[in-house]
Amino acid sequence: MTAVEEVPLSAAGNPIGFGSMRRVEDARFVRGQGNYVDDVNLPGMLHSAILRSPHAHARIVSIDAAAAEALPGVVAVITGKILEGIPRPSLLGDNFAWMPTLSYDTQAVLATDKVRFQGQEVAYVIAESRYIAKDALELIDVEYEILEPVMDAKRALDAGAPIIRDDKGQTDNSITDVHGNKTWESGNAESTAAAIAAAKADPNCVVVTQEIMYPRVHPAPMETCGSVSYLDKVTGQLTMYTTTQAPHAHRTVYAMVAGLPEQKIRIISPDIGGGFGNKVPVYPGYVLSVIGTIVTGKPVKWIEDRGENLVSTGFARDYHMTASIAATKEGKILAVDVDVLADHGAFNGVAQPTNYPAGFFNIFSGSYDYADAHCKVTPVYTNKAPGGVAYACSFRITEAAYVIERVVDCLAQELQMDPAELRLKNLLRPEQFPYLSPTGWEYDSGEYEKTMRVAMEMAGYDELRREQAEKRAKGEYMGIGISFFTEGVGAGPRRDMDILGLGMADGIELRVHPTGKAQLRLSVQSQGQGHETTFAQIVAHELGIPPEDIEVLHGDTDNTPFGLGTYGSRSTPVSGAAASVVARKVRDRARIVAAAALECAPDDLDWELGRWYVKGDRERGKTIAEIALLSHSSLELPEGVEGHLDATAVYNPPSLTYPYGCYICVVDVDPGTGQVKVRRFIAVDDCGTRINPMIVEGQVHGGLADGVGMALMELIAFDSDGNNLGGSFMDYLLPTAVECPDWELGETVTPSPHHPIGAKGVGESATVGSPAAVVNAVIDALSPFGVRHADMPLTPANVWRAIQGNAMRVDMAIE
Amino acid sequence: MQTPAPVDYARATSVADAIDLLEKHGDEARLLAGGHSLLPMMKLRLARPEILIDLNDLDELRGIRIEGEEIVIGAMVTHAEILDSPVLAEHYAIFREAEKVIADPIVRNKGTIGGSMCQADPSEDLSAVGSALKGSVVIQGSGGKRTLALREFHEGPYETKVGDAEILIEVRFPIRPGAGSAYEKVERRVGDWPVASAGVFVVVSGGVVTDCGIGLTAIGAEHFCAPDAEAYLIGKAPTEENLAAAAQLAADACTPYADQRGPVDYKLHLARELTLRTLRKAAASSQGA
Ligand SMILES: Cc1cc2nc3c(=O)[nH]c(=O)nc-3n(C[C@H](O)[C@H](O)[C@H](O)COP(=O)(O)OP(=O)(O)OC[C@H]3O[C@@H](n4cnc5c(N)ncnc54)[C@H](O)[C@@H]3O)c2cc1C
Repeated sequence: MTAVEEVPLSAAGNPIGFGSMRRVEDARFVRGQGNYVDDVNLPGMLHSAILRSPHAHARIVSIDAAAAEALPGVVAVITGKILEGIPRPSLLGDNFAWMPTLSYDTQAVLATDKVRFQGQEVAYVIAESRYIAKDALELIDVEYEILEPVMDAKRALDAGAPIIRDDKGQTDNSITDVHGNKTWESGNAESTAAAIAAAKADPNCVVVTQEIMYPRVHPAPMETCGSVSYLDKVTGQLTMYTTTQAPHAHRTVYAMVAGLPEQKIRIISPDIGGGFGNKVPVYPGYVLSVIGTIVTGKPVKWIEDRGENLVSTGFARDYHMTASIAATKEGKILAVDVDVLADHGAFNGVAQPTNYPAGFFNIFSGSYDYADAHCKVTPVYTNKAPGGVAYACSFRITEAAYVIERVVDCLAQELQMDPAELRLKNLLRPEQFPYLSPTGWEYDSGEYEKTMRVAMEMAGYDELRREQAEKRAKGEYMGIGISFFTEGVGAGPRRDMDILGLGMADGIELRVHPTGKAQLRLSVQSQGQGHETTFAQIVAHELGIPPEDIEVLHGDTDNTPFGLGTYGSRSTPVSGAAASVVARKVRDRARIVAAAALECAPDDLDWELGRWYVKGDRERGKTIAEIALLSHSSLELPEGVEGHLDATAVYNPPSLTYPYGCYICVVDVDPGTGQVKVRRFIAVDDCGTRINPMIVEGQVHGGLADGVGMALMELIAFDSDGNNLGGSFMDYLLPTAVECPDWELGETVTPSPHHPIGAKGVGESATVGSPAAVVNAVIDALSPFGVRHADMPLTPANVWRAIQGNAMRVDMAIE
Repeated sequence: MQTPAPVDYARATSVADAIDLLEKHGDEARLLAGGHSLLPMMKLRLARPEILIDLNDLDELRGIRIEGEEIVIGAMVTHAEILDSPVLAEHYAIFREAEKVIADPIVRNKGTIGGSMCQADPSEDLSAVGSALKGSVVIQGSGGKRTLALREFHEGPYETKVGDAEILIEVRFPIRPGAGSAYEKVERRVGDWPVASAGVFVVVSGGVVTDCGIGLTAIGAEHFCAPDAEAYLIGKAPTEENLAAAAQLAADACTPYADQRGPVDYKLHLARELTLRTLRKAAASSQGA
């Protein structure tokens, strides 16, 4: 449980333990030698394409696929009617037209009765080529009876609103979770209401209430979703190459959905071109490729195009929040209450632990010391694509961090207090850790003020404020925005956290070969995080084997142990801990073997990196490589070692880890055009022990770019007819290098006390923490115009409108 | 991967050959220049020509040259070539300022001025430049060549006066000694189409504006220009007040519609603001500032 120390270097120049080293996987990526799902081509493979609904809400009157079936090269056309006729031998609905979501709702594989969002799957064509499949889609004649769609989440629960889920016999558009709840509450409603009421009545206190929307965005990974499925009719084996962040969980879901025996299902998730949560759910397309191979007996490839990915797969956020914060006039925060209207789209397809239907949103009380917090989340169905948790959000901690950091800034403005000063007044103090938050989270460790001071120092905060004052006097508008976020990642303790009943613990397996080289088999699946490098470093740290001698295997369920996958920044907190634990098991076995070889008791041995030696006699010892060979040799092995050093482990985290950070953003705003330029961005992250600081920084860079994107440009809005207005990269804007300043990164290291190596997850910290910093900076720039809030994305139009006192509603089409 | 509908392909060997091919295949044929407007539309199946006639071998359509009092830009000259052209930079800053903000380097390396004009997208930046400079185009068909003012070239969004069996072969711009010019664009992100753009040239002589042109794109200015604003400035001193009044007239010439780039009030504001900014800059530059 130490921070990064001096570590010896291997022959290849890599740290034998923690430290920056080049990513092993980059050798193939920079040469264009990655192997993605679309690179998989099996003999006799067929291609497929999905016909999608042009309408957001319509009854399907008829589907005529005769012309498509007649097109040369078309092998089969599958509709919802056909799927309805295939009985399913499972508990999850009685036919193949519907499948379960990860939130125990149902979702149409192919629409039978109605389409419920634009882009929904309506028919599936299997053909000899992708081109023919797409040509055939145009020949399918679907007659729709158009229904009024529910596009405005705020009207979804209105009496008389069209009912979206009539398939479930619903009489309104409310969502009921698996526990029977229609709203999700956390914290203490009464004490919070009382604290806010008392503050309102107290002339020495203020209460600020602000509506804050976190609009719908999309993870938009570079690689879209897809799969190549092959059911071998002779062996009954289903092999599926697929874009999944959670291969093992998906295997279990396919077993349940397709009614196939799980031992016959092999999921291979090869190189994944970005996930960000987009590749956690099971999509109809995946299931259809399985049905495709069952029907044709041939391998079937399905690959989305960009538009399909943007309009139909897991979106993120879409939270309409109203936050109230009470504080004394000196700036001591007293209570926060948040009311949320959550737009879940047409099917409740959120991927999150069962007991947390609003994800970890209730960590919104943030990094501050106050007693009363409460939130209430009301989920609704709308005629939009399903999803909700995706895009590097740590299970909705993005929304939580955003709402608290935004409303704290609103409070600062109301109190006319510097937002840094306000935060410093309220930050949790080191001696309060482990800290039990008002909504029940136990933060593991943190030195918040120290981290904030590092960030302010790096930014030259006071100097920036002086510059801002001078500029304002000249009519120039610069803004400085701060965000201090705390995340809870590493889901999670199995007693409390599961997805579809699968507890969120991770297995791992470490094999040490006779020559002392090792293979580490992971359950988690990298989508760019550098697992092949980082996990080897963890084992290197524990065993002293050079990282280049440790092969990290992942992404093939036949070759790796069960675990829940990579999302929610959980790989390092859960599987990283597992790697450490399994390596320590190997070390303990090695001690027994070494003791036998050195003819002493295991207790007589001491460990130094890579080697057991006799206490008091450093010369007499055995390296791990020597011990590995001995463990396979004729050496008589004592009890406790059967014959090799290999070990397995399952890590069930005792709690979450709580990475945090302080971000400071500096922007310049042109009030004549509304254009925002991010001039500087200072990010000080504390993710505990840094295994590979270079990779940590890379993760932070990516997340900061995401944050700038969300704050300034990314958006999926809809018009009132239900058209998705973000269905291409011309419409859904991702930030480029031009919009990103040179990131200025800093760190503090406060190890997690309960993680074997003290590491906390960092994959999503920057995405979680940065949007608020950018928005706070823009609003700070605009404060001379009396602007207190405007919703993301702060496009030029939106900024200009905010200056006019007329900020836009972002979730609906601009009118 | 996006998949266009089936399409045939022919590579023209000369302008005459291209015209022959166009005549042979009728309105099912489309010319292929840089392909950066046409191919994306085909991939989305918004366009489905039966045959593409590729102009990329036609060196006769390349090159930027001076002919008498005019700059001549071949139809197949790319955005990147316009951006880098010293000849254009010498006469009109507007080209470089506009090209810097058109699309991204990948698109600029292939996209052509001919394709930009003929695509006639209501948000095309080069259309505003062409209109501001009061350029003309030369169009060739089997019956020969004709020249048309750019301000008469567009028939509406995505529609031009180029006939089915005709090719735009070059774009011409008058040289105006002493002219200052400028271009300003507001985009939501680098490489995005404009929310609004304005481009102008101004000649100031004897303390008054003697010639000017105002081009606007993406905000519904007919023929991408603002003639009333231009007329207003002629003979007036380029004072802030006069420029602002002209900018207001330019905005009055616009009928933008709301879309995800912005609401109407904002776009009208930008029409005024960007016209004013470019007028200031161009007038100052004409006066040798
Ligand atoms: C990502 C992206 C961003 C862009 N951003 C911008 C932007 O910000 N601003 C902007 O102004 N433009 C932008 N564009 C458009 C870009 O400038 C295109 O290159 C240009 O519009 C078309 O030129 P092209 O040579 O590629 O034409 P093509 O796509 O080859 O052709 C376009 C049309 O013109 C016809 N055509 C082409 N040449 C001739 C000819 N000589 N005679 C008759 N007809 C002809 C074709 O048949 C076709 O109908 C963008 C494009 C992309 C892909």
